[in-house]
Amino acid sequence: MLRWIVWRDLMLAWRRRADMLSTVFFFVIVVSLFPLGIGPETQLLRTIAPGVVWVAALLASMLSLGRLFANDYHDGTLEQLLLTPQPLFLVVLGKTLAHWIVAEVPLVLIAPVVGVQFDLGRETLWILFASLLLGTPVLSLIGSVGAALTLGLRGGGVLISLLVLPLYIPALIFGAGAVEADIMGTSPAANLYLLGAFAIVSLLFSPWAAAAALRISLE
Amino acid sequence: MKNIGPIGPIGPIRKIMNLYKYASPATFYPLAGKMIPWFAIPAALLFAAGLFVGFFIAPTDFQQGDAYRIIFIHVPAAWMGMFLYVLLAIYAGIGWAFNARLSSMMASSIAITGAMFTSISLVTGAFWGKPTWGTWWVWDARMTSTLILLFLYIGFISLQAAIDDPRRADRAGAVLALVGVINVPIIYFSVQWWNTLHQGATIRILGKPTIAPPMLAAMLIMLAACWFYSVAVVLIRLRCIILEREQNASRFAEVGV
Repeated sequence: MLRWIVWRDLMLAWRRRADMLSTVFFFVIVVSLFPLGIGPETQLLRTIAPGVVWVAALLASMLSLGRLFANDYHDGTLEQLLLTPQPLFLVVLGKTLAHWIVAEVPLVLIAPVVGVQFDLGRETLWILFASLLLGTPVLSLIGSVGAALTLGLRGGGVLISLLVLPLYIPALIFGAGAVEADIMGTSPAANLYLLGAFAIVSLLFSPWAAAAALRISLE
Repeated sequence: MKNIGPIGPIGPIRKIMNLYKYASPATFYPLAGKMIPWFAIPAALLFAAGLFVGFFIAPTDFQQGDAYRIIFIHVPAAWMGMFLYVLLAIYAGIGWAFNARLSSMMASSIAITGAMFTSISLVTGAFWGKPTWGTWWVWDARMTSTLILLFLYIGFISLQAAIDDPRRADRAGAVLALVGVINVPIIYFSVQWWNTLHQGATIRILGKPTIAPPMLAAMLIMLAACWFYSVAVVLIRLRCIILEREQNASRFAEVGV
Protein backbone atom coordinates (compact mmCIF):
# COMPACT_ATOMS: atom_id res chain seq x y z
CA MET A 1 0.00 0.00 0.00
CA LEU A 2 2.70 2.42 1.06
CA ARG A 3 4.78 1.49 -1.96
CA TRP A 4 1.83 1.84 -4.25
CA ILE A 5 1.01 5.34 -3.00
CA VAL A 6 4.60 6.47 -3.27
CA TRP A 7 4.92 5.00 -6.77
CA ARG A 8 1.69 6.60 -7.94
CA ASP A 9 2.64 10.03 -6.62
CA LEU A 10 6.07 9.78 -8.16
CA MET A 11 4.53 8.89 -11.51
CA LEU A 12 2.16 11.85 -11.27
CA ALA A 13 5.01 14.17 -10.39
CA TRP A 14 7.10 12.83 -13.26
CA ARG A 15 4.33 13.69 -15.68
CA ARG A 16 4.31 17.22 -14.34
CA ARG A 17 8.04 17.80 -14.22
CA ALA A 18 7.69 21.56 -14.59
CA ASP A 19 6.18 21.87 -11.10
CA MET A 20 9.13 20.10 -9.59
CA LEU A 21 11.64 22.17 -11.52
CA SER A 22 10.00 25.47 -10.67
CA THR A 23 10.44 24.74 -6.94
CA VAL A 24 14.12 24.03 -7.48
CA PHE A 25 14.60 27.20 -9.51
CA PHE A 26 12.75 29.20 -6.88
CA PHE A 27 15.21 27.89 -4.31
CA VAL A 28 18.23 28.75 -6.46
CA ILE A 29 16.93 32.22 -7.30
CA VAL A 30 16.07 33.12 -3.70
CA VAL A 31 19.50 32.02 -2.52
CA SER A 32 21.21 33.96 -5.31
CA LEU A 33 19.31 37.13 -4.47
CA PHE A 34 20.96 37.45 -1.07
CA PRO A 35 24.48 38.23 -2.29
CA LEU A 36 22.95 40.79 -4.65
CA GLY A 37 21.08 42.42 -1.80
CA ILE A 38 23.85 42.27 0.77
CA GLY A 39 27.05 42.71 -1.19
CA PRO A 40 29.79 40.40 -2.37
CA GLU A 41 32.11 40.35 0.69
CA THR A 42 33.16 36.74 1.09
CA GLN A 43 33.39 36.80 4.86
CA LEU A 44 29.88 38.14 5.30
CA LEU A 45 28.46 35.73 2.74
CA ARG A 46 30.07 32.79 4.49
CA THR A 47 28.48 33.89 7.76
CA ILE A 48 24.98 34.19 6.39
CA ALA A 49 25.14 31.17 4.07
CA PRO A 50 23.65 28.54 6.43
CA GLY A 51 20.70 30.70 7.38
CA VAL A 52 20.03 31.83 3.82
CA VAL A 53 20.10 28.34 2.35
CA TRP A 54 17.90 26.98 5.09
CA VAL A 55 15.35 29.78 4.97
CA ALA A 56 15.20 29.42 1.19
CA ALA A 57 14.56 25.70 1.64
CA LEU A 58 11.69 26.44 4.04
CA LEU A 59 10.14 28.89 1.60
CA ALA A 60 10.59 26.55 -1.35
CA SER A 61 8.81 23.77 0.50
CA MET A 62 5.92 26.17 1.17
CA LEU A 63 5.42 26.35 -2.60
CA SER A 64 5.11 22.62 -3.08
CA LEU A 65 3.08 21.81 0.05
CA GLY A 66 -0.10 23.20 -1.46
CA ARG A 67 0.02 20.45 -4.07
CA LEU A 68 0.50 17.64 -1.55
CA PHE A 69 -3.18 16.77 -1.28
CA ALA A 70 -4.85 19.39 -3.46
CA ASN A 71 -4.82 17.55 -6.81
CA ASP A 72 -6.15 14.34 -5.30
CA TYR A 73 -8.73 16.34 -3.44
CA HIS A 74 -10.02 18.07 -6.56
CA ASP A 75 -10.37 14.93 -8.68
CA GLY A 76 -11.90 12.94 -5.82
CA THR A 77 -9.09 10.42 -5.44
CA LEU A 78 -8.50 11.48 -1.88
CA GLU A 79 -12.00 10.51 -0.84
CA GLN A 80 -11.49 7.07 -2.34
CA LEU A 81 -8.20 6.76 -0.48
CA LEU A 82 -10.02 7.59 2.74
CA LEU A 83 -12.43 4.74 2.09
CA THR A 84 -9.71 2.12 1.67
CA PRO A 85 -9.41 -0.38 4.51
CA GLN A 86 -5.77 0.57 5.04
CA PRO A 87 -4.99 2.94 7.92
CA LEU A 88 -5.07 6.51 6.75
CA PHE A 89 -1.75 7.38 8.30
CA LEU A 90 -0.08 4.98 5.87
CA VAL A 91 -1.63 6.84 2.97
CA VAL A 92 -0.46 10.12 4.45
CA LEU A 93 2.99 8.74 5.12
CA GLY A 94 3.25 7.53 1.54
CA LYS A 95 2.18 10.84 0.09
CA THR A 96 4.54 12.68 2.42
CA LEU A 97 7.41 10.42 1.42
CA ALA A 98 6.64 11.04 -2.25
CA HIS A 99 6.50 14.78 -1.58
CA TRP A 100 9.89 14.59 0.08
CA ILE A 101 11.40 12.74 -2.87
CA VAL A 102 9.84 15.06 -5.43
CA ALA A 103 10.14 18.44 -3.78
CA GLU A 104 12.87 18.24 -1.16
CA VAL A 105 15.50 15.83 -2.45
CA PRO A 106 16.28 18.05 -5.48
CA LEU A 107 16.89 20.93 -3.06
CA VAL A 108 19.18 18.76 -0.96
CA LEU A 109 21.12 17.79 -4.08
CA ILE A 110 21.41 21.31 -5.45
CA ALA A 111 22.23 22.93 -2.09
CA PRO A 112 25.98 22.13 -2.17
CA VAL A 113 26.20 23.78 -5.60
CA VAL A 114 24.41 26.81 -4.24
CA GLY A 115 26.70 26.75 -1.21
CA VAL A 116 29.70 27.21 -3.48
CA GLN A 117 28.27 30.62 -4.37
CA PHE A 118 28.79 31.52 -0.73
CA ASP A 119 32.36 30.30 -0.69
CA LEU A 120 31.78 27.46 1.74
CA GLY A 121 34.54 24.92 2.18
CA ARG A 122 34.28 21.32 1.04
CA GLU A 123 33.72 19.98 4.57
CA THR A 124 31.06 22.58 5.22
CA LEU A 125 29.26 21.70 2.02
CA TRP A 126 28.99 18.11 3.22
CA ILE A 127 27.55 19.29 6.52
CA LEU A 128 25.09 21.47 4.64
CA PHE A 129 24.09 18.46 2.58
CA ALA A 130 23.75 16.27 5.68
CA SER A 131 21.74 18.84 7.62
CA LEU A 132 19.32 19.27 4.74
CA LEU A 133 19.08 15.54 4.23
CA LEU A 134 18.08 15.11 7.90
CA GLY A 135 15.99 18.24 8.11
CA THR A 136 13.92 18.25 4.93
CA PRO A 137 11.85 15.19 5.99
CA VAL A 138 10.73 17.35 8.92
CA LEU A 139 9.56 19.99 6.45
CA SER A 140 7.50 17.46 4.51
CA LEU A 141 6.10 15.81 7.64
CA ILE A 142 5.03 18.92 9.54
CA GLY A 143 4.00 20.49 6.26
CA SER A 144 1.64 17.58 5.58
CA VAL A 145 -0.34 18.54 8.70
CA GLY A 146 -0.64 22.11 7.46
CA ALA A 147 -1.56 20.98 3.95
CA ALA A 148 -4.26 18.67 5.31
CA LEU A 149 -5.70 21.39 7.56
CA THR A 150 -5.89 24.02 4.82
CA LEU A 151 -7.24 21.65 2.16
CA GLY A 152 -9.81 23.38 -0.01
CA LEU A 153 -9.77 26.65 1.90
CA ARG A 154 -9.67 30.01 0.21
CA GLY A 155 -6.27 31.62 0.56
CA GLY A 156 -4.87 28.24 1.53
CA GLY A 157 -1.45 29.04 0.11
CA VAL A 158 -0.76 31.95 2.41
CA LEU A 159 -2.52 30.34 5.32
CA ILE A 160 -0.33 27.25 5.19
CA SER A 161 2.79 29.37 5.66
CA LEU A 162 1.24 31.07 8.70
CA LEU A 163 0.51 27.69 10.24
CA VAL A 164 3.61 25.77 9.32
CA LEU A 165 6.53 28.20 9.33
CA PRO A 166 6.50 28.77 13.13
CA LEU A 167 6.51 25.01 13.63
CA TYR A 168 9.58 24.72 11.37
CA ILE A 169 11.69 26.90 13.64
CA PRO A 170 13.46 24.06 15.51
CA ALA A 171 14.49 22.47 12.20
CA LEU A 172 15.80 25.82 10.97
CA ILE A 173 17.76 26.44 14.17
CA PHE A 174 19.34 23.00 14.34
CA GLY A 175 19.94 22.72 10.61
CA ALA A 176 21.50 26.12 10.12
CA GLY A 177 23.23 25.73 13.49
CA ALA A 178 25.03 22.58 12.35
CA VAL A 179 26.46 24.33 9.29
CA GLU A 180 27.33 27.38 11.30
CA ALA A 181 29.10 25.30 13.95
CA ASP A 182 31.21 23.78 11.21
CA ILE A 183 32.08 27.22 9.82
CA MET A 184 33.07 28.34 13.31
CA GLY A 185 35.32 25.31 13.58
CA THR A 186 33.35 23.38 16.21
CA SER A 187 31.69 20.02 15.83
CA PRO A 188 28.28 20.05 14.14
CA ALA A 189 27.40 16.68 15.68
CA ALA A 190 25.21 18.02 18.50
CA ASN A 191 23.03 20.01 16.09
CA LEU A 192 22.73 17.09 13.71
CA TYR A 193 21.71 14.72 16.52
CA LEU A 194 19.05 17.17 17.68
CA LEU A 195 17.84 17.60 14.12
CA GLY A 196 17.63 13.82 13.79
CA ALA A 197 15.70 13.61 17.05
CA PHE A 198 13.28 16.26 15.84
CA ALA A 199 12.86 14.35 12.59
CA ILE A 200 12.00 11.17 14.49
CA VAL A 201 9.50 12.98 16.72
CA SER A 202 7.79 14.49 13.71
CA LEU A 203 7.80 11.12 11.97
CA LEU A 204 5.97 9.71 15.00
CA PHE A 205 3.34 12.40 15.33
CA SER A 206 2.84 14.10 11.98
CA PRO A 207 1.25 11.29 9.93
CA TRP A 208 -1.37 10.77 12.63
CA ALA A 209 -2.07 14.46 12.98
CA ALA A 210 -2.25 14.88 9.21
CA ALA A 211 -4.57 11.86 8.92
CA ALA A 212 -6.86 13.36 11.56
CA ALA A 213 -6.75 16.70 9.77
CA LEU A 214 -7.64 15.04 6.46
CA ARG A 215 -10.68 13.38 7.98
CA ILE A 216 -11.76 16.73 9.37
CA SER A 217 -11.24 18.50 6.05
CA LEU A 218 -13.09 15.89 4.04
CA GLU A 219 -16.11 15.11 6.12
CA MET B 1 -37.65 24.16 46.40
CA LYS B 2 -39.30 21.20 44.72
CA ASN B 3 -36.14 19.91 43.07
CA ILE B 4 -33.93 19.09 46.05
CA GLY B 5 -32.00 15.96 45.20
CA PRO B 6 -32.34 12.83 47.33
CA ILE B 7 -29.85 12.49 50.14
CA GLY B 8 -27.42 9.61 49.76
CA PRO B 9 -25.32 8.25 46.95
CA ILE B 10 -27.58 9.66 44.28
CA GLY B 11 -26.84 13.21 45.39
CA PRO B 12 -23.36 13.49 43.86
CA ILE B 13 -24.53 11.79 40.68
CA ARG B 14 -27.29 14.31 40.37
CA LYS B 15 -24.69 17.02 40.82
CA ILE B 16 -22.55 15.68 37.98
CA MET B 17 -25.61 15.47 35.78
CA ASN B 18 -26.26 19.10 36.56
CA LEU B 19 -22.75 20.01 35.52
CA TYR B 20 -23.23 18.20 32.23
CA LYS B 21 -26.33 20.24 31.72
CA TYR B 22 -24.14 23.32 31.42
CA ALA B 23 -22.07 21.71 28.67
CA SER B 24 -24.83 22.72 26.31
CA PRO B 25 -24.34 26.19 24.84
CA ALA B 26 -28.01 27.05 25.29
CA THR B 27 -27.97 26.41 29.05
CA PHE B 28 -24.51 27.83 29.54
CA TYR B 29 -25.42 31.11 27.90
CA PRO B 30 -27.49 32.51 30.82
CA LEU B 31 -25.09 31.06 33.38
CA ALA B 32 -22.18 32.82 31.66
CA GLY B 33 -24.21 36.01 31.74
CA LYS B 34 -24.59 35.67 35.50
CA MET B 35 -20.91 34.83 35.98
CA ILE B 36 -19.49 37.78 34.04
CA PRO B 37 -20.03 40.47 36.75
CA TRP B 38 -18.48 38.17 39.35
CA PHE B 39 -15.28 38.24 37.36
CA ALA B 40 -15.40 41.66 35.73
CA ILE B 41 -15.86 43.66 38.95
CA PRO B 42 -13.08 41.91 40.92
CA ALA B 43 -10.86 42.33 37.86
CA ALA B 44 -11.41 46.08 37.86
CA LEU B 45 -10.81 46.32 41.63
CA LEU B 46 -7.70 44.15 41.45
CA PHE B 47 -6.31 46.15 38.53
CA ALA B 48 -6.80 49.34 40.52
CA ALA B 49 -5.24 47.83 43.65
CA GLY B 50 -2.36 46.24 41.76
CA LEU B 51 -1.52 49.41 39.86
CA PHE B 52 -1.74 51.44 43.06
CA VAL B 53 0.61 49.12 44.94
CA GLY B 54 2.88 48.88 41.93
CA PHE B 55 3.13 52.59 41.22
CA PHE B 56 2.92 54.17 44.67
CA ILE B 57 3.89 51.65 47.34
CA ALA B 58 6.54 49.45 45.73
CA PRO B 59 9.97 51.04 46.25
CA THR B 60 12.02 52.43 43.39
CA ASP B 61 14.55 49.93 42.12
CA PHE B 62 18.09 51.08 42.88
CA GLN B 63 19.44 49.83 39.55
CA GLN B 64 16.65 50.44 37.10
CA GLY B 65 14.90 53.41 38.67
CA ASP B 66 11.19 53.72 38.06
CA ALA B 67 11.35 52.13 34.62
CA TYR B 68 11.12 48.69 36.20
CA ARG B 69 7.50 49.35 37.18
CA ILE B 70 6.40 48.24 33.75
CA ILE B 71 7.01 44.65 34.84
CA PHE B 72 3.78 44.82 36.84
CA ILE B 73 2.03 44.70 33.51
CA HIS B 74 4.67 42.91 31.51
CA VAL B 75 5.22 39.81 33.65
CA PRO B 76 1.55 38.95 34.30
CA ALA B 77 0.82 39.49 30.60
CA ALA B 78 3.64 37.14 29.61
CA TRP B 79 2.43 34.48 32.05
CA MET B 80 -1.13 34.80 30.82
CA GLY B 81 -0.01 34.49 27.23
CA MET B 82 1.60 31.14 27.99
CA PHE B 83 -1.10 29.78 30.32
CA LEU B 84 -3.84 30.66 27.91
CA TYR B 85 -2.19 28.80 25.04
CA VAL B 86 -2.10 25.61 27.09
CA LEU B 87 -5.67 26.23 28.23
CA LEU B 88 -6.70 26.80 24.62
CA ALA B 89 -5.13 23.51 23.57
CA ILE B 90 -6.87 21.66 26.43
CA TYR B 91 -10.28 23.11 25.59
CA ALA B 92 -9.79 22.55 21.86
CA GLY B 93 -8.66 18.97 22.53
CA ILE B 94 -11.68 18.25 24.75
CA GLY B 95 -13.97 19.81 22.20
CA TRP B 96 -12.53 17.63 19.47
CA ALA B 97 -12.30 14.37 21.42
CA PHE B 98 -15.74 14.50 23.03
CA ASN B 99 -17.45 16.48 20.33
CA ALA B 100 -18.27 19.17 22.86
CA ARG B 101 -19.23 22.32 21.03
CA LEU B 102 -19.03 24.57 24.07
CA SER B 103 -15.46 23.53 24.75
CA SER B 104 -14.41 24.35 21.20
CA MET B 105 -16.16 27.69 21.37
CA MET B 106 -14.25 28.33 24.59
CA ALA B 107 -10.99 27.64 22.75
CA SER B 108 -11.86 30.12 20.01
CA SER B 109 -12.73 32.79 22.51
CA ILE B 110 -9.55 32.21 24.53
CA ALA B 111 -7.36 32.57 21.44
CA ILE B 112 -7.88 36.30 21.00
CA THR B 113 -7.34 37.11 24.68
CA GLY B 114 -4.18 35.01 24.66
CA ALA B 115 -2.87 36.74 21.55
CA MET B 116 -3.64 40.10 23.14
CA PHE B 117 -1.71 39.28 26.31
CA THR B 118 1.22 37.97 24.28
CA SER B 119 1.32 41.18 22.24
CA ILE B 120 1.10 43.27 25.42
CA SER B 121 4.02 41.43 26.91
CA LEU B 122 6.07 41.98 23.73
CA VAL B 123 5.25 45.68 23.51
CA THR B 124 5.80 46.38 27.21
CA GLY B 125 8.98 44.34 27.02
CA ALA B 126 10.21 46.68 24.30
CA PHE B 127 9.25 49.73 26.40
CA TRP B 128 11.16 48.26 29.31
CA GLY B 129 14.13 47.29 27.21
CA LYS B 130 14.69 50.75 25.74
CA PRO B 131 15.64 52.54 29.02
CA THR B 132 17.15 49.46 30.65
CA TRP B 133 19.09 47.73 27.89
CA GLY B 134 19.20 50.70 25.53
CA THR B 135 17.43 48.83 22.74
CA TRP B 136 13.85 48.04 21.80
CA TRP B 137 14.48 44.49 20.81
CA VAL B 138 17.04 41.85 21.67
CA TRP B 139 17.00 38.33 20.31
CA ASP B 140 16.79 37.08 23.84
CA ALA B 141 15.50 33.53 24.29
CA ARG B 142 12.36 34.58 26.13
CA MET B 143 11.49 37.38 23.77
CA THR B 144 12.03 35.18 20.76
CA SER B 145 9.91 32.37 22.12
CA THR B 146 7.17 34.84 23.09
CA LEU B 147 7.23 36.14 19.52
CA ILE B 148 6.88 32.59 18.20
CA LEU B 149 4.02 32.02 20.63
CA LEU B 150 2.29 35.03 19.11
CA PHE B 151 2.82 33.48 15.66
CA LEU B 152 1.17 30.27 16.89
CA TYR B 153 -1.83 32.25 18.15
CA ILE B 154 -2.05 34.07 14.83
CA GLY B 155 -1.93 30.76 12.97
CA PHE B 156 -4.77 29.36 15.11
CA ILE B 157 -6.93 32.46 14.71
CA SER B 158 -6.38 32.77 10.97
CA LEU B 159 -7.03 29.07 10.37
CA GLN B 160 -10.35 29.32 12.18
CA ALA B 161 -11.18 32.53 10.36
CA ALA B 162 -10.57 30.90 6.98
CA ILE B 163 -12.98 28.02 7.56
CA ASP B 164 -16.65 28.77 7.09
CA ASP B 165 -18.09 25.64 8.66
CA PRO B 166 -17.79 26.21 12.43
CA ARG B 167 -17.49 22.54 13.35
CA ARG B 168 -14.70 22.02 10.86
CA ALA B 169 -13.03 25.18 12.16
CA ASP B 170 -13.21 23.81 15.71
CA ARG B 171 -11.65 20.50 14.82
CA ALA B 172 -8.99 21.91 12.52
CA GLY B 173 -8.07 24.41 15.21
CA ALA B 174 -7.82 21.58 17.73
CA VAL B 175 -5.37 19.64 15.57
CA LEU B 176 -3.28 22.76 15.09
CA ALA B 177 -3.36 23.67 18.79
CA LEU B 178 -2.34 20.17 19.86
CA VAL B 179 0.49 20.01 17.32
CA GLY B 180 1.54 23.45 18.53
CA VAL B 181 1.47 22.45 22.18
CA ILE B 182 3.70 19.45 21.47
CA ASN B 183 6.01 21.74 19.57
CA VAL B 184 6.17 24.53 22.15
CA PRO B 185 8.72 22.85 24.46
CA ILE B 186 10.88 21.93 21.46
CA ILE B 187 10.72 25.49 20.15
CA TYR B 188 11.50 26.92 23.55
CA PHE B 189 14.45 24.61 24.03
CA SER B 190 15.82 25.20 20.53
CA VAL B 191 15.52 28.97 20.85
CA GLN B 192 17.28 28.97 24.19
CA TRP B 193 20.04 26.82 22.80
CA TRP B 194 20.36 28.97 19.69
CA ASN B 195 20.52 32.04 21.89
CA THR B 196 23.40 30.80 24.02
CA LEU B 197 25.22 29.87 20.83
CA HIS B 198 24.82 33.31 19.32
CA GLN B 199 24.89 35.79 22.10
CA GLY B 200 28.08 36.96 23.73
CA ALA B 201 26.79 39.17 26.52
CA THR B 202 24.06 37.52 28.51
CA ILE B 203 21.27 39.70 29.68
CA ARG B 204 19.22 38.53 32.57
CA ILE B 205 15.68 39.54 33.14
CA LEU B 206 15.31 40.39 36.84
CA GLY B 207 18.80 39.40 37.84
CA LYS B 208 18.12 40.09 41.51
CA PRO B 209 17.70 36.95 43.57
CA THR B 210 14.89 38.38 45.68
CA ILE B 211 12.41 41.12 45.08
CA ALA B 212 10.90 43.40 47.70
CA PRO B 213 7.59 42.16 49.19
CA PRO B 214 5.51 45.08 47.87
CA MET B 215 6.84 44.39 44.37
CA LEU B 216 5.90 40.74 44.65
CA ALA B 217 2.50 41.68 46.08
CA ALA B 218 1.83 44.09 43.23
CA MET B 219 2.83 41.47 40.69
CA LEU B 220 0.60 38.79 42.21
CA ILE B 221 -2.35 41.17 42.47
CA MET B 222 -1.89 42.10 38.84
CA LEU B 223 -1.69 38.43 37.91
CA ALA B 224 -4.97 37.77 39.70
CA ALA B 225 -6.48 40.80 37.99
CA CYS B 226 -5.40 39.44 34.61
CA TRP B 227 -6.97 36.07 35.40
CA PHE B 228 -10.30 37.61 36.41
CA TYR B 229 -10.19 39.89 33.40
CA SER B 230 -9.49 36.93 31.08
CA VAL B 231 -12.36 34.88 32.47
CA ALA B 232 -14.76 37.82 32.14
CA VAL B 233 -13.71 38.71 28.61
CA VAL B 234 -13.62 35.10 27.45
CA LEU B 235 -17.15 34.58 28.77
CA ILE B 236 -18.40 37.71 27.05
CA ARG B 237 -16.85 36.58 23.78
CA LEU B 238 -18.20 33.08 24.34
CA ARG B 239 -21.71 34.48 24.64
CA CYS B 240 -21.24 36.30 21.37
CA ILE B 241 -20.03 33.11 19.68
CA ILE B 242 -22.97 31.14 21.08
CA LEU B 243 -25.40 33.75 19.82
CA GLU B 244 -23.79 33.80 16.42
CA ARG B 245 -23.73 30.05 15.95
CA GLU B 246 -26.96 29.03 17.62
CA GLN B 247 -29.14 31.76 16.24
CA ASN B 248 -31.05 29.26 14.16
CA ALA B 249 -31.57 26.72 16.92
CA SER B 250 -35.21 26.85 17.85
CA ARG B 251 -34.65 25.81 21.44
CA PHE B 252 -32.57 28.90 21.88
CA ALA B 253 -35.68 30.97 21.54
CA GLU B 254 -37.10 29.23 24.59
CA VAL B 255 -34.25 30.45 26.78
CA GLY B 256 -35.48 33.91 25.98
CA VAL B 257 -32.42 35.57 24.54
